[in-house]
Amino acid sequence: MPDMQRPTLGSASFGLVMGTLAGAALLLLAAPTLVVLITSFTDGYSLKFPPPSYSLRWYASLIDAWQLQDAALVSLKLGAVVTAVSVVLGTAAALAIGRSRRAWARGLDALFMSPLVLPALAFGLASLVFFSTAGVELSFLTLAIGHIVVSVPYVLRTTLASLAQLDPALLESSESLGAGRLYTFRRVTLPTIRNGIGAGAFIAFMSSFDNIPVSLFMADARNEVLPIRMWQILENSLDVRAAAVSGVLIAVTVLAMVVMERVAGLSRQLR
Amino acid sequence: MTSITAPDLTGPATAARPRIGREWTLALPLAAFFAVFFVTPLLLLVAVSLYADAEMTRFGLDQYIRFFGDTFNLAVLGSTLLLGVKVTALTLLFGYPLAWLYTRSGPRMQSALILVIILPLLTSVVVRTFAWIVILGRDGIVNNLLLSLGLAEAPLRLLYTEGGLVAALVQVQMPLMVLPLITTLSRLDPNLLDASAALGAGPWRGFLKVTLPLSLPGIVAGCLLTYAAAVTAFITQSLVGGGQMLFMPQYIYQQTITLHNWPFAAAISIVFMVSVLGVVMLFNLLGRASKGYVHA
Repeated sequence: MPDMQRPTLGSASFGLVMGTLAGAALLLLAAPTLVVLITSFTDGYSLKFPPPSYSLRWYASLIDAWQLQDAALVSLKLGAVVTAVSVVLGTAAALAIGRSRRAWARGLDALFMSPLVLPALAFGLASLVFFSTAGVELSFLTLAIGHIVVSVPYVLRTTLASLAQLDPALLESSESLGAGRLYTFRRVTLPTIRNGIGAGAFIAFMSSFDNIPVSLFMADARNEVLPIRMWQILENSLDVRAAAVSGVLIAVTVLAMVVMERVAGLSRQLR
Repeated sequence: MTSITAPDLTGPATAARPRIGREWTLALPLAAFFAVFFVTPLLLLVAVSLYADAEMTRFGLDQYIRFFGDTFNLAVLGSTLLLGVKVTALTLLFGYPLAWLYTRSGPRMQSALILVIILPLLTSVVVRTFAWIVILGRDGIVNNLLLSLGLAEAPLRLLYTEGGLVAALVQVQMPLMVLPLITTLSRLDPNLLDASAALGAGPWRGFLKVTLPLSLPGIVAGCLLTYAAAVTAFITQSLVGGGQMLFMPQYIYQQTITLHNWPFAAAISIVFMVSVLGVVMLFNLLGRASKGYVHA
């Protein structure tokens, strides 16, 4: 009997502790998003939670918020350019280093990945120093260059991971059957790594759209990006419009995420 | 026609060799891009940090001497690195059970869980941090709850405190911890736990002796990502931490944008980067050791 008792008590306490902690983690992860969404429908002028009454007034106020709209437009344009360049450069580099076990390939891999662990703010400052030393004025182009450096690693990571799934025997058989290199790439390699590139492109876009450390130093007055504009609003006035913008961003993110999950199996690529 | 197909007839072995031989050229564009726009700026940053004065007229180690000679600076560095440790430890404490729960759920539950886990990762950091301003503010959810339960007389100041900042950072960085843990835990052989249970070990013993040690590589990977992200989280640190606490990223920003002291800002950046890379390398060493342990 005591033999039966001990495991049940043990498994009950184990399940309870793990379950409670996991539940707390889930609540912690989900709550802030829900809080922002609920706050964005407030009728009041403050960020009181829960809101005294509800309305769509702050969403309506976004229609006239041209500064926020301009910033959003710059961020979208920037994200598109950064993603396009990152995909081309990142995929090409992944094809080169993915198949090689040599020291140079590992070295390049470490170099290309290092923006992920390096404090991005320090890189932003370094870029500012670099362009001002070179006598180049800050512009959309310099901003995009800074963003590409910190976005490429995402494309590289997911593409390398999907390349690892590609059986080299497939490439060899394609070639022994007389297919050219380009044909093999289009018909064998590309279909295998397409999802990896897609997921990487998506994350690269989101990371550029959300980037602040590089934009802080690289953006000039004509190219104010959305996150910086939002940051300034939050720092200065705690304007409730920030909640409405957040609501829009959350909705778009959820939508994009669900689409990417269906198209490219996003969650599998992130791990 | 025959002239085109002829080389292929020589066999795949000889045809394959030049293909592999030329593949490295595909890395050249990105390598060149990184050489110009990543490596050069960082080297320049080192050079600028070696200017002795803010006007950048002569060279010297003055900026570093100034940094390490002042206990205020050392306190900022220390509290930044410590903040990362606190956030990482708490993220692991809550994140590990969540990853564990994920691997024990059915496919439907898993899709729901992964959505909750990944959404914060893809939501803008400003939005996530904004949520914490609403939660921790004077009129926020925590204060309203405390007041209505009679646990507090007047609204507490939660925003601009270290506790509030740690809570916000744990939430913001949680996905970075959970995702690598899910990967490692999903690869664990379930037979090992069954064997441990069959031999009489309870769930706690099985967890501590089998699951936890075997998931060390995931723990190390998650801690590494969480730590690096937490210490450099400029936005969350400045908005939730406020003006009361100073951490390295804000310090760099302040010196550059407000005080225009580039050499000192560069020196702080270098010290910060070297410290973070030091911690990252320590984690990597632990990771390699833990992998050896797992395979042994």
